[in-house]
Amino acid sequence: MPTLLSAWFNSHQPNLHPPSFYSLSLFRSSHPPPSPNPTLAMALSRFASSSRSGSLLKPLSSAISLRRPISTDTTPITLETSVPFTAHQCEAPSRTVQTSANELLTFFRDMALMRRMEIAADSLYKAKLIRGFCHLYDGQEAVAVGMEAALTKKDCIITAYRDHCTFMARGGTLLEVFAELMGRQAGCSRGKGGSMHFYKKDSNFYGGHGIVGAQVPLGCGLAFAQKYSKDEAVTFALYGDGAANQGQLFEALNISALWDLPAILVCENNHYGMGTAEWRAAKSPAYYKRGDYAPGLKVDGMDVLAVKQACTFAKEHALKNGPIILEMDTYRYHGHSMSDPGSTYRTRDEITGVRQERDPIERIRKLILSHDLATEKELKDIEKEVRKEVDDAIAQAKENPVPESSELFTNVYAKGLGVESFGADRKEVRATLP
Amino acid sequence: MLGIVRQKMLERSSKKIRPAVSMLRSYSSAAKQMTVREALNSALHEEMSADSKVFLIGEEVGEYQGAYKITKGLLDKYGPDRVLDTPITEAGFTGIAVGAAYYGLKPVVEFMTFNFSMQAIDHIINSAAKSNYMSAGKISVPIVFRGPNGAAAGVGAQHSQCYAAWYAACPGLKVLTPYNSEDARGLLKAAIRDPDPVVFLENELLYGESFPTSDEVLDSSFCLPIGKAKIERKGKHVTIAAYSKMVGYSLQAAEILEKDGIDAEVINLRSIRPLDRSTINDSVRKTNRLVTVEEAFPQHGVGAEICACVVEESFAYLDAPVERIAGADVPMPYAANLERMALPQVGDIVRAAKRACYRSVP
Repeated sequence: MPTLLSAWFNSHQPNLHPPSFYSLSLFRSSHPPPSPNPTLAMALSRFASSSRSGSLLKPLSSAISLRRPISTDTTPITLETSVPFTAHQCEAPSRTVQTSANELLTFFRDMALMRRMEIAADSLYKAKLIRGFCHLYDGQEAVAVGMEAALTKKDCIITAYRDHCTFMARGGTLLEVFAELMGRQAGCSRGKGGSMHFYKKDSNFYGGHGIVGAQVPLGCGLAFAQKYSKDEAVTFALYGDGAANQGQLFEALNISALWDLPAILVCENNHYGMGTAEWRAAKSPAYYKRGDYAPGLKVDGMDVLAVKQACTFAKEHALKNGPIILEMDTYRYHGHSMSDPGSTYRTRDEITGVRQERDPIERIRKLILSHDLATEKELKDIEKEVRKEVDDAIAQAKENPVPESSELFTNVYAKGLGVESFGADRKEVRATLP
Repeated sequence: MLGIVRQKMLERSSKKIRPAVSMLRSYSSAAKQMTVREALNSALHEEMSADSKVFLIGEEVGEYQGAYKITKGLLDKYGPDRVLDTPITEAGFTGIAVGAAYYGLKPVVEFMTFNFSMQAIDHIINSAAKSNYMSAGKISVPIVFRGPNGAAAGVGAQHSQCYAAWYAACPGLKVLTPYNSEDARGLLKAAIRDPDPVVFLENELLYGESFPTSDEVLDSSFCLPIGKAKIERKGKHVTIAAYSKMVGYSLQAAEILEKDGIDAEVINLRSIRPLDRSTINDSVRKTNRLVTVEEAFPQHGVGAEICACVVEESFAYLDAPVERIAGADVPMPYAANLERMALPQVGDIVRAAKRACYRSVP
């Protein structure tokens, strides 16, 4: 069975060659240019680290927000994405990206936080504190973080059920995440939604959807509403390679193209729809081309800078020309959900291979270290901080109460009209809907 | 048949018309004839005019002026940004409309018939009905899904199903079934103004029916409450509860029963979800006998729910088992004679009412 890594760059050819694990070397990030003057570099780094260590020594607030500035250095740094973009029906953006120490460190911290959060959720699930479905995003963090960096809160995001990190990127807190997963009042949906139904309307994050593919027409509807309201903003509708074959996606894309809606359809291609590899589910796994008349871009979804570049490009495109498809080549380390070990349909070697060669956090770590933007210890400290934040949030969430019984009957309607609703035994439990 | 009812209603109202002076005094006694089609059209005009967030979306709602001409003139008046013709892709355009409602717009989605809504039912139930609950009130969905429901004439099995029971089963939805023009205007306006997803089930054969509508009904602020049934005809001996076209049939049945000394009370349900259980129960407690009438398939239907609710709330008041008249338990046949057998006729309602009254049925 071909590994999906070689399948990535073989996707242009119809025949998939047998895997060559060692061809993964193509995915290593390009080496940064050598520092011009070692003394100067050291001096700069000392300057940078002293301003940084100042902020690191500040007491950690108990607020568990995602964006705590580490380095304030915003001097532009020019880098190249890991691989160039592949375009369909449009001009690919340049692979040269502008970033800064501040941005790279923020990316590192945000992704490290998400990674820690998802791994902690794994333990909570095994401890039976999280029930039902739990779909983890670890491995895919670069997509959530890179996308958010290209957007404003006026832009809308809608995704499927693997939504914990997307929610965090939109400004959600760890407490809201863990409390919702454990079904407590402080959850973002007050414990009534669960893992698959996180929402943050004030940041234009519309969930959190359990029905595969349904979020794509909904996302095109958000884009419609943005255009109707003349908001000059766009919607990113995320879906997986499994959902990419859904008919309603093509129905919505057709209408979006006819009506020039500012919709960006983002296929988070982690190569497996539950247990079905992409080559078994899609006759054409070149998802960025599947829009036919709609332009598309293939992006290395493990490279947060490439994701940001592509999303910036797509936003500009969609505002002028209507829908565009972004295919993010990414990977999930966990199985489809917590009930899936993730190893019956792919090899452990493949998973470790991606972790070694393409991990998004490791890529940023290497970039930061090779550009002397932080020391290894500082990055480890960030990871320790982030781990503590996660542990604190979990402790807080565990103390949080479950919803009141009366919450069974709230929010059935926005306007309940005083009608009656019933419990299992209607002679025992009745309520008037507010 | 319905023409007889109309004539009788006109005769009754003309008997009440006294000299012009007294007519001027009673504001709402003047009655203008209005078809259900005109009623729906005028309601859409008024609500679109009042709120710029309201827009129409569906197949042929624009240039074609509406498959059944309900949306006639709206494209000309409000433009293509607010009256949107879609390709024949129910799942796609319904999802798009629900997404627009998430953002805060107020879509009115037309299904050419509710049979086609099955292609979009996931969006109606999972994306619209449940969102407010799953998001703990953050994402409300102020959307209306409207269109003809139930049997037409000779359109066969795939185009004749009534979906009232299916949609009314789902918490989070409101399901309305107008009968006459007053219902059509008042309930559609209420539906569009309501912040929750509303399934608005019209009837194709009623579109052309004319009903007298008072000035009050014609006023642009007119609105009917959701969740309240109307007693169309007061009576003492048996309650007949019906919705949509069957209300007309029930009124005809009541005329026939009157000749046999049975005074039937006819309830126009108007709202299937929320169901007006208190009006139904109050009526049954008065008459002690109940007949439910619907065009839909009988199993797990609206009549079954009404019967259960009456048995639970008013068992001691029942003097006879609840009678249930419904469509035949078969897919709708095409041949005219079989189609007639597949749908309730006035005679069926009369017979059931007599059974409930323990009268022998000749």
